[in-house]
Amino acid sequence: MDPTAPVDGTQFMTFHDLAYDAGKTDFQRKAQSVGQGREGELLEVAMGPQHPSTHGVFRMDVVLDGETVVKLKPVFGYLHRNHEKIAENTSYLGSMPYTDRLDYFCSLTNNWAYALSVEKLAGLQVPERAEYIRLITAELTRVLNHTCLAGFLLQDMGALGTPLMYAFREREKILDLIESLTGARMMCNYMRFGGCRCDLPPGWLDAAKKVVAEYPRFLDEFETLLSGNEILMARTQGVGKLSAELAISAAITGPMLRASGVDYDLRKVDNYGIYSRYPFRVPLGDHGDVYDRYMIRMLEMRESLKILEPALKDIPEGPVVDPKAKLRGFRPKAGEAYGRIETPKGELGFYLISDGSPNPYRYRVRPPSLINLTILEDMCLGQTVADAIVTLGSVDIVLGEVDR
Amino acid sequence: MPLETPEQIKARAEAAVPGAQLSVVKNDSPCAQHSLLVDVEHAYAVAQFLRDDPQLRLDYCSNVTGVDFLDAELSEKVKVKKVVDGVEKEVEEVKKTKRAGYLEAVYHLYSMSLKHGPVILRQRTPGRADPVRVTSLTPLWRSCEFQEREVFDLYGVLFDGHPDLRRILMWDGFKDYPMRKDYVEPDDYEYEPTPHDDVLEKAKAHQAAQEVKA
Repeated sequence: MDPTAPVDGTQFMTFHDLAYDAGKTDFQRKAQSVGQGREGELLEVAMGPQHPSTHGVFRMDVVLDGETVVKLKPVFGYLHRNHEKIAENTSYLGSMPYTDRLDYFCSLTNNWAYALSVEKLAGLQVPERAEYIRLITAELTRVLNHTCLAGFLLQDMGALGTPLMYAFREREKILDLIESLTGARMMCNYMRFGGCRCDLPPGWLDAAKKVVAEYPRFLDEFETLLSGNEILMARTQGVGKLSAELAISAAITGPMLRASGVDYDLRKVDNYGIYSRYPFRVPLGDHGDVYDRYMIRMLEMRESLKILEPALKDIPEGPVVDPKAKLRGFRPKAGEAYGRIETPKGELGFYLISDGSPNPYRYRVRPPSLINLTILEDMCLGQTVADAIVTLGSVDIVLGEVDR
Repeated sequence: MPLETPEQIKARAEAAVPGAQLSVVKNDSPCAQHSLLVDVEHAYAVAQFLRDDPQLRLDYCSNVTGVDFLDAELSEKVKVKKVVDGVEKEVEEVKKTKRAGYLEAVYHLYSMSLKHGPVILRQRTPGRADPVRVTSLTPLWRSCEFQEREVFDLYGVLFDGHPDLRRILMWDGFKDYPMRKDYVEPDDYEYEPTPHDDVLEKAKAHQAAQEVKA
């Protein structure tokens, strides 16, 4: 297509949008003309939105030649509630609880990304103890997200129940910690601009140390069950390959990017928080397939535990919120800021424009789940439907964040 | 090597792309992320320069978004010398200027290979009256594909050169652009009249309002 040609937003391209134009055109006729040289007739299937393997209300419009995927278009918006507009009509602090609902598995990292962006916008400082609590809760969130993802991925492959239940058993231990700290298992609403909402309850550090100390034993058990498993290797190795060039161009972030061999972890690059104090390694894959993505997450959990162990010992006493930070009547000066952190899913960014009023003039969420779906079609073309499901499972999406 | 200042990038981009008009948009917040405003005609060439230049290598377009600025009256305090009671004094006067509204597409660019950033690129439309057009950067960075679709969906900015510009979050039959600052919600999205007189009256009013809007 001519890149300079004007568009009006209503025109449709040749074949790959037929699914959306099906009411107006003779789909079968066009499909056959495109399918020349193929053996069978092309079949259009709408997978989802109510499909158990799409991880929520998400639809993939696939065109199949037999069992091979010829075309795949992700369709979303079923959970769209215009989070950004709602946030622009409320105060800065008012949308903090609403960020929990973006990626509802990792509400603490969502809180941190938003708090970090507002702190950049207003130039706020965070006390030492709060930085430690942020690092500890974010790494716990990373561990629980990656554990559950491994369970979901195996569920998608047909290992019904067992790995997922093992993962959920361990997740519950971390959720208990989060609940005793924030009062909620998933909708935490914990970070504040310039610190955290409340201090650690008595005995929390000991309980957390116990969970962290016991976790490697569970990971060993989990990996004995899974990592060398013949079926898992057969189903994932060489499936859903993604090259490093395409991953960079499509702004893929998080474990998916690193599985393709690109060394880019915001904890190292941006050095936000106090990550520079703790040495940890960034695992990299070299095939960029589903197995690498699974393995990267396993290795990242072990690195997270290596950060957690000393951080739980080093945490100093002190205030958890900057006494100068003003929560009521908070009005940052006019200006804009883009802040980003490495969440378990990838780079979560918040772009804020202030015009000096109590509400943000512009509030934008850069959702890693949505952007990681850009290349879903590229990864799935030429594979079977069963492999496409495994590939989608390895992307790690949460629809609350995709649709916003 | 630290990233060049926006002024340095502006000078080099203007040298590399003849005819390009760039300006630096200052940001007063403490993080001081200044941005580069580029004209729509040369946006593609400038973006290509930013991506391919060996010192910049901005291969990673992280965030694409739209911003809506309504028509506004800007007031500025200006010190004016005036003769008051025979004595010359400096008096503060409020100078009011009218600014026409516009829409912006904002791109946050980083480099994965050189690990620096952000360089913020902005394209501005001349006005807010439809159709508003900017240049799509999807051929340069694949990551713009869904995000530019989102800006089109929520702000109604058309991206020339986008391969697949459709609504992404709202449904296909939706008419308006909900993230615009002057957007008014319909009183009922799924209004179906039932055969009772008062309901029919309401339906008439509802449909009339819809027609006026369309």
